[in-house]
Amino acid sequence: MSQSQIMPGFRPALGFTLVYLSLIVLIPLSTLVFKSFQLSWDDYLRIIGSKRVLASFRVSFGSALIAAAIASVFGVIVAWVMVRYSFFGRKFFDAIIDLPFALPTAVAGIVLATIFQPTGVLGKFLLDTFGIQVAFKPLGIVIALIFISIPFVVRTLEPVLLEFDTTMEEAAASMGASRWQIFTKVIFPNIFPALLTAFALSFSRSVGEYGSVIFIAGNLPFVSEIVPLLIVTKLEQYEIEGATAIALTMLLISFLFLFLINLLQLWTHKRSGQL
Amino acid sequence: MSIVLSDISKKFGDFCALDHINLEIPQGELLALLGPSGCGKTTLLRIIAGLERADTGKVLFNGQDMTDEDVRNRGIGFVFQHYALFRHMTVFDNVAFGLRFKPAKLRPSEAIIRKNVKELLALVHLDWLADRYPDQLSGGQRQRIALARALAVEPAVLLLDEPFGALDASVRKELRLWLRHLHQNLHVTTIFVTHDQEEAMEVASEIVVVNKGKVEQKGTPSKIYDEPHNDFVSRFVGQTNVFHLEKDDAHWLKSAGIVFDNPQGVTAHVRPHNISVEKQINGTESAIVLKDWQHLGAIIRLELVKDSANGAGKTIYAEMPNDAFRHSALKRGDKVSLFIKHAHWFN
Repeated sequence: MSQSQIMPGFRPALGFTLVYLSLIVLIPLSTLVFKSFQLSWDDYLRIIGSKRVLASFRVSFGSALIAAAIASVFGVIVAWVMVRYSFFGRKFFDAIIDLPFALPTAVAGIVLATIFQPTGVLGKFLLDTFGIQVAFKPLGIVIALIFISIPFVVRTLEPVLLEFDTTMEEAAASMGASRWQIFTKVIFPNIFPALLTAFALSFSRSVGEYGSVIFIAGNLPFVSEIVPLLIVTKLEQYEIEGATAIALTMLLISFLFLFLINLLQLWTHKRSGQL
Repeated sequence: MSIVLSDISKKFGDFCALDHINLEIPQGELLALLGPSGCGKTTLLRIIAGLERADTGKVLFNGQDMTDEDVRNRGIGFVFQHYALFRHMTVFDNVAFGLRFKPAKLRPSEAIIRKNVKELLALVHLDWLADRYPDQLSGGQRQRIALARALAVEPAVLLLDEPFGALDASVRKELRLWLRHLHQNLHVTTIFVTHDQEEAMEVASEIVVVNKGKVEQKGTPSKIYDEPHNDFVSRFVGQTNVFHLEKDDAHWLKSAGIVFDNPQGVTAHVRPHNISVEKQINGTESAIVLKDWQHLGAIIRLELVKDSANGAGKTIYAEMPNDAFRHSALKRGDKVSLFIKHAHWFN
């Protein structure tokens, strides 16, 4: 085996990777597991099964899924425009996309809360014209999560669209396919695996997001209270075990979702014979 | 379908890709657009296809103005250099694509589509690959699938952009002949772009030599080769030795014992096979020496230089059949005398 290795340094590289991952990811997360094990099974179920916790799970995962889906759709459009068209100020707008990465999330949250609150610029308009209240509702959470998700989607899709072989589109057009058919039958299936990655990234970022959400959410228990906030609340009340139990459950659910997305990705790759 | 291009021009910024091109292509022709890279030949093909718009001029199919018609409605089949197969579809689905996305009224039933695709895959000798994906095929197989896919919509014109450019030499040779035979069976008007003069000669019934956005010459392969209209065509199609009589070459030629009897211009182009080489027996008058030779199969290429004692200079290439070379018993370093059988003259 070691003789057939073409790339040198397999063992030190693997060793480094494993140690690094353990130190940075595995060991901190395992303390979470150990701490939770100090609870009895009944206690664990009581904490997780409480109505307030269940409601917060629903809010967190529900809004993260919705936000990731919306961000994916709009991210495709933004990435498409950035890659396919050249227009005045493209570089400027391209730089703006990264802002949600760089901005402290609390700042984003305060800004969003300010404009979307019922007296804010956009919030007043939406409330007066459509009767929609954004801030202090789950809708506010979704908007904050879309805001932080956009760069994940755009930055994941841009290189894929750049590399996309446009002669495939020309070939389809020469055979009589309409623009819509070209998009749905040629372009979309080819960017779908990357879109899944983008969705997974923005979903996992959204599930854990804290700073920007708490300012706009209103944090009403059963309505707009997210899981990370509940964990912090428990910690502040010195309910360490309760906090770790919720955190561990959240971790497991997130892992399950990401695992499913990975399976879906594997399937699309297999289907197109690219494996 | 016959094609007429009248006064086609195209600019990319300041670069003039096509400069007032006029061309008539009769129904059923197998035509090569031949030229060096960047000469505008691909742009011309894309304008015929409708993938590019000309700045001026008209494109007529069977006398009908197609200039502003979308590529979708032109009834063409296009084959790309890098295949452009749909990676996420099987070979079968690739070939069926054009049929499945016809407007509902014209769309054949799924059973007929299956039958047509099977026939097309048999035509390109790849029916056993129907369930594979493009990534699992070799380059030659991919290009044949791309051709089958283009033929599926029964195009009136088949356009191929450097179709064999990305393939290795042996596959390229095989596919060239195959394309020629396919054309003889289908009789669909076919235009292909190439920068390889050998490919153009081998496949096409008619060649259009393009350079710097202009048509230099149009004619059958033998016309293009035997009667080049100008300096460029003569150099680009086939090998040639160029002698400038006004410059140093005149003196050089004379001192080497080569005299042109009746010059009809200032530049003489001489094909290597139009120079006959003989071994000098009493070697005093000639100063030309056989420096080296290469075995090219049926022919031998001779590399001739002037004896260094008489001032080295130009290299002349001559070619002779394999057995004639063996018969002549020429060796490296032999003094030779040359006889020029035929020259093309240009001003």
